[in-house]
Amino acid sequence: MSSIAPTVLDSVPDARGRFGPYGGRYVPETLVAPLEELERVYAAASADPKFHAELDALLHDFAGRPTPLQFAERLTAHLGGARIYIKREDLLHTGAHKINNSLGQGLLAVRMGKKRVVAETGAGQHGVATATVAARLGLDCTVYMGTEDMERQRLNVNRMRLLGAEVVGVDAGSRTLKDAINEAMRDWVTNVRTSHYLLGSVLGAHPYPQIVRDFHKVIGEEAREQILKKEDRLPDWLFACVGGGSNAIGLFNAFLADGSVKMVGVEAGGRGHTLGEHAVRLAAARGFSGARPGVLQGTYSYVLQTNDGQIATTHSISAGLDYPAVGPEHAWLADLGRAEYTAVTDDDAIDAAKTLARIEGIIPALESAHAIAELIRRAPKMNENQLVIVNLSGRGDKDMETLSRYV
Amino acid sequence: MSETAAPKSAPAPTHTPNSAMTGRVAQCFRDLSARGELGLVAYVTAGDPSLEASEPIVLAAAESGADVIELGVPFSDPVADGPTIQRASERALRAGATLAGVIDLVRRLRARTQVPLILFSYFNPILQMGLEKFADAAAAAGADGVLATDLTPEEAAGYLAIMRARKLDTIFLAAPTSTDDRLAKIAECSSGFLYLISRTGVTGTRDSLPEDLPALARRVRRFTKLPLAVGFGISRPEHVSILGGIADAAVVGSAIVAEIEKSVSAKEAAANVSRLIRSLKAAARSGISRRLSDDR
Repeated sequence: MSSIAPTVLDSVPDARGRFGPYGGRYVPETLVAPLEELERVYAAASADPKFHAELDALLHDFAGRPTPLQFAERLTAHLGGARIYIKREDLLHTGAHKINNSLGQGLLAVRMGKKRVVAETGAGQHGVATATVAARLGLDCTVYMGTEDMERQRLNVNRMRLLGAEVVGVDAGSRTLKDAINEAMRDWVTNVRTSHYLLGSVLGAHPYPQIVRDFHKVIGEEAREQILKKEDRLPDWLFACVGGGSNAIGLFNAFLADGSVKMVGVEAGGRGHTLGEHAVRLAAARGFSGARPGVLQGTYSYVLQTNDGQIATTHSISAGLDYPAVGPEHAWLADLGRAEYTAVTDDDAIDAAKTLARIEGIIPALESAHAIAELIRRAPKMNENQLVIVNLSGRGDKDMETLSRYV
Repeated sequence: MSETAAPKSAPAPTHTPNSAMTGRVAQCFRDLSARGELGLVAYVTAGDPSLEASEPIVLAAAESGADVIELGVPFSDPVADGPTIQRASERALRAGATLAGVIDLVRRLRARTQVPLILFSYFNPILQMGLEKFADAAAAAGADGVLATDLTPEEAAGYLAIMRARKLDTIFLAAPTSTDDRLAKIAECSSGFLYLISRTGVTGTRDSLPEDLPALARRVRRFTKLPLAVGFGISRPEHVSILGGIADAAVVGSAIVAEIEKSVSAKEAAANVSRLIRSLKAAARSGISRRLSDDR
């Protein structure tokens, strides 16, 4: 099985990078030619069996794919409803799904002859994955990270430095993921001839949302095959957390054509409904304010912003979900009603992390704990014939300082 | 008409008021060309330190020799800008600047000067106001053109139609990384002048100009007869005088914004900006004229 095999929805995005009205390419002119080059190199790589073979070998031997689809026996019994399966992306090397994309783009950087990669990171998982891949492929690596995130994910900062990456703190704006992306883009626009921007989510200008999705769709392809083998049928529900939305797209993609499979993306409800207290872009129906379609960091999608079009600050206890925009494909899936988006508060995410730790012996990343929390809310209301897959996108080691306050 | 809203104390405009709602940019470059003189485009972040303070600062820049003014619309996430303009944007937003407020500043300025005024914005604030509402308001206020930093020709079809219908010049960026195909597209969409980014990177002052700039400018000229304004890293009189042999105008931004940043009052900022503009414009006047050196 190829990691970037064609799927039925390969017509999305279109040639201009549009998912319905969303997506596109909104960047300063300097970055257009490099984005066009990336598009060309990616198209050539996609058609090259050698690229697939090299990537598949790295995913298998270095990253640890395939990841298990584990039947959550005790959680199923505890919640007393749906049969629950957990897709264990947390077991991957570096501790989260992010390495799927970092490996793919790392190989693209090598194909483009770029000797250096630049990345942003929120929770630090994409930064660690990229620093790891850079070490493995012999590339220089600079990672931008908001100083607030450096504080709450200190362990990951040290991991990146141990792996030989330069970690640059960003002390602008809300000092989180959005500001790290701004600074990574400034680095890229300056060093564009020698550096590849290894963007870590299904965000940014075309072709990033497509490339990052394609490198993560292995998650759903494996899960689909695994559930068919174990249960001899498709799941009824998929759950995944949505910051930019890469792990959710990775899981959802292989099931988009299966009309019976319902999909739930879980955003960060933070600590309140007013603008600045949450990171809810698509689940506005739940009373969160401030999200409208707009342009941020290269793409047109739902963005938390003021009436004047200034980007809002956000809050989430989980650094990886603490971002004001959402991937354009999610905006399109939300408009189509193909996926449902909902939100979970900081407190509920913490409770879910504790529950999963005690019941299943898995400490989830705080990002993934949002998906678990929504599952905990809904599974008891489902009957035992309902089959659920939740994507456990990362493990919680990095969050131990935050979680320690709640033990 | 903007003049009716002018404060009674406003001095008479130097040219016939309202002689044209459009064409100020083209006329400006025709005049410069007739004099064999390099133009000076001055960028100021509107609303830094306040929208009130921007008015005397911009007027001082125009009176001291700036041929075209770019009014930067502050944005929360200015990815194309270096630290100086980032800080200016933050100050302006803290002081309450909005796109609507900047357009109102244009209206007040237009009552007092005929200098061409270009709105220089990231795309999202324009999009959120609504393209038509924005274009109506900007044209009515007396703006002459618009440059949206993160809008490329490929995404600009609707935008172009709306701006052109209001006779607003649409200025696009060309970059050292732009291919010939892209330069052709950029030239086709541009009016007023074409803004050539001198180097890969963000805005900000630099010590020297890139060595490949003359070749880049010659390449761009193969695709357009529009005046060429070169910006990014242009901060000193010696940069400006070198550009005299290469471009039709020099764009100076961060160096001007830095003068405003270090000033303690609007009055001092106006004086500091004025002094800088005079020295830059002197270099523009005495530099090598493109008309003499251009080897096209």
